[in-house]
Amino acid sequence: MTTAIEVREISKQFKLYTEKRTSLKERVIRGGKMPYTPFWALQDINVDIFQGETFGILGRNGCGKSTLLKCIAGILKPTSGEIRVRGSLAAMLELGAGFQPDLSGRDNIYLNGSLLGLSRADIAKRYDDIVAFAELEDFIDNQVKFYSSGMYVRLGFAVAVNVEPDVLLVDEVLAVGDASFQRKCLDHVKKFQREGRTILVVSHSTDVMRQNCSRVMVMNHGKVITVDEPGEGIRVFLADLLGVGTLEGSESGGIEGNVLAIGSVSAEHGGSGQRLHLYPGESLTITADLDSLAPVANAMATIAIHDDANELVFASDPDDPMCAIEVPEGGGMVRFHFPEVPLLDGTYSVSVGVRSATDTAIFDWKDQVTKFEVANPGRSTGRVRLPLDVSFRLRSAGHTGEVPVVGSDPSPLALPGWEQSTA
Amino acid sequence: MSLGVNEPASASSEPEPERPTVIGGSTRFVPGQSHDRITIVNGKVQLGQRLVDLWRNRDLLVLLTRTELKVKYKESALGYAWSMLNPALVLAIYYMIFKVISKTPQPHFAIWLFCGLVVWNLFNGSASASTTVVVSKAGIIKKVAFPRELLAMSTVGVAIVLFAIQMVVLVIFLALFQQAPDWGTLWLLPLAFVALLVFTCAVSIFLSAVNVYLRDTQHLTEVAMMAWFWLTPIVYPFGLVAAHLKQYHLTWLYLANPIAPIAMTFQRVIYGQTSYLTPGQTTPTELLPAYGPGWYAMMMGIVFVVSTGLFLLALMVFGRLEGNFAEEL
Repeated sequence: MTTAIEVREISKQFKLYTEKRTSLKERVIRGGKMPYTPFWALQDINVDIFQGETFGILGRNGCGKSTLLKCIAGILKPTSGEIRVRGSLAAMLELGAGFQPDLSGRDNIYLNGSLLGLSRADIAKRYDDIVAFAELEDFIDNQVKFYSSGMYVRLGFAVAVNVEPDVLLVDEVLAVGDASFQRKCLDHVKKFQREGRTILVVSHSTDVMRQNCSRVMVMNHGKVITVDEPGEGIRVFLADLLGVGTLEGSESGGIEGNVLAIGSVSAEHGGSGQRLHLYPGESLTITADLDSLAPVANAMATIAIHDDANELVFASDPDDPMCAIEVPEGGGMVRFHFPEVPLLDGTYSVSVGVRSATDTAIFDWKDQVTKFEVANPGRSTGRVRLPLDVSFRLRSAGHTGEVPVVGSDPSPLALPGWEQSTA
Repeated sequence: MSLGVNEPASASSEPEPERPTVIGGSTRFVPGQSHDRITIVNGKVQLGQRLVDLWRNRDLLVLLTRTELKVKYKESALGYAWSMLNPALVLAIYYMIFKVISKTPQPHFAIWLFCGLVVWNLFNGSASASTTVVVSKAGIIKKVAFPRELLAMSTVGVAIVLFAIQMVVLVIFLALFQQAPDWGTLWLLPLAFVALLVFTCAVSIFLSAVNVYLRDTQHLTEVAMMAWFWLTPIVYPFGLVAAHLKQYHLTWLYLANPIAPIAMTFQRVIYGQTSYLTPGQTTPTELLPAYGPGWYAMMMGIVFVVSTGLFLLALMVFGRLEGNFAEEL
């Protein structure tokens, strides 16, 4: 495979001045040297991006991903290292950068196109496409300052994508405009991909990465953490960078002086022993140690699962007779078993409690005592993996509801007249 | 383009692979460019590449200039008339002081003044505007890669347009006063104009870059321009200081100011007289060196060569400083 972008040992140092002083007096006093703290925004970045691939850079704010993009675009000069770009390149770092509010949309198309490298004649050739894409036919001779923010970014996006470079750099700008325009933008990105152009996307949105990218680079503190498939890259991003996802139980104080107390809580899942995270659909078992000073006849075990935004995902039915337990003196172990966890990516925390079945008394409650992490190796996004069947039938068939399914036994989910394929 | 200097020469039988083009600053889309052309982005742009980039982006220069002008005058009722107001006022003030109050015997003093002022206005207008042009366009510089020298050169572009308007007014003046330029030396004018442009570009590019790091530049420039104005024979004729300069052997120093010989050439061609005779006196008052057009052409040649050198130097300085624009702004 041919490389489109070769990044070789790129480092970038920013000088952080305690206070920006640029007056001559200050310079003379300090002999031309200003005190500063060096800050390495990028450290020895090495990466090859191949032609035709959509490459994502994932990282938290301030991890250096935008700095790297600016270095590749030639806006910032790296302190050391070398970047080679094959073919032409256009950078979409900010939509409508360089728009002059006082000029008309038409003038701004020409100005912006020229800034991106097009000649006057080239813009004239693409002008109609740009206006049509931006859906601004009626407003193109109005001053841009009267545009809505949506119109503004639409025009910016339309100019940038109509430049049709070999390599396109995109910084967090794929989600602009309303839903229909967003779809148009994504369609255009897909078209770019089909045409074999290289796209470099910077984002902290894992969904954008998963849906569009062929590979993902994860960055933190100006360094490359990993370059991998989107699924694995996103898992590393979530685990290492957000500082979550370890399966060690966290400490949480129980209610003192109760007859029944929850001891250690552990989680085990279908992939335990091989990996820390589980895949969607695997089983999960939470085991909690119970210590009791006296026998407790009618206790109810409860469990709740929260996501990393502390939103409740699931809480067990507090009155489900299945949850009723009888604890002898000395205690024992209570086991919560989920045969299947249909959750998609994320880190989830588990809270465990034991309460009285007869009144509202709570024996013990351990809030967010352990965590488990789900990493989705597939490309579906969202929160839950819903069971899905997709089938197709011809319009004329099936109106009787009696047409037998051809070639396979009808499964309980199959509808009459629908040819079935199970996802 | 410089790569391969230290590499052994490749076998001549093989087709030579396309050599990488060094473009620091910008790896921009170039229509019709090979999809296999490799660009090394390292911020070290060579002078030759810089000049190629400037030429390639001449459309952008025109657009930037047009944008500046449109933004400046679009919303005002009088529009471009405003661009004439300042020069007209300056002209009126000096005319009042020298002709009405001091009663200089020089004939058609307004035209004499005008000849020098058009030159000065182009230089001063561009140089003054250039100090802030990069700083004020921080938004574009941080987000788009393009040859940033064009921003400085767009101030020259604006000054050229205003210069053209003033030249039209000057021609009207000539017609009104029924004064004819020295037709025989008219060919000197484009020469002087080109020399003026190259010198103004050099100064503007230099100032625009330096002001990013040293914001004093813009204030310093204002003061320096005031002194520079009076060091140039615009209001007073060169003939007035020639004797004093000769006495101290400083004529060369005075003429080392490129604007001085350029203004003198404009005066020589448009005003058309090198001296005048005051009624009642026998010796003529000298305005300009009474050499033939050859001397002026030679002066313009020297100014052009020196200015071209300065222009390339300014591009190099700009290139060195440009790398950190995005973080300094």
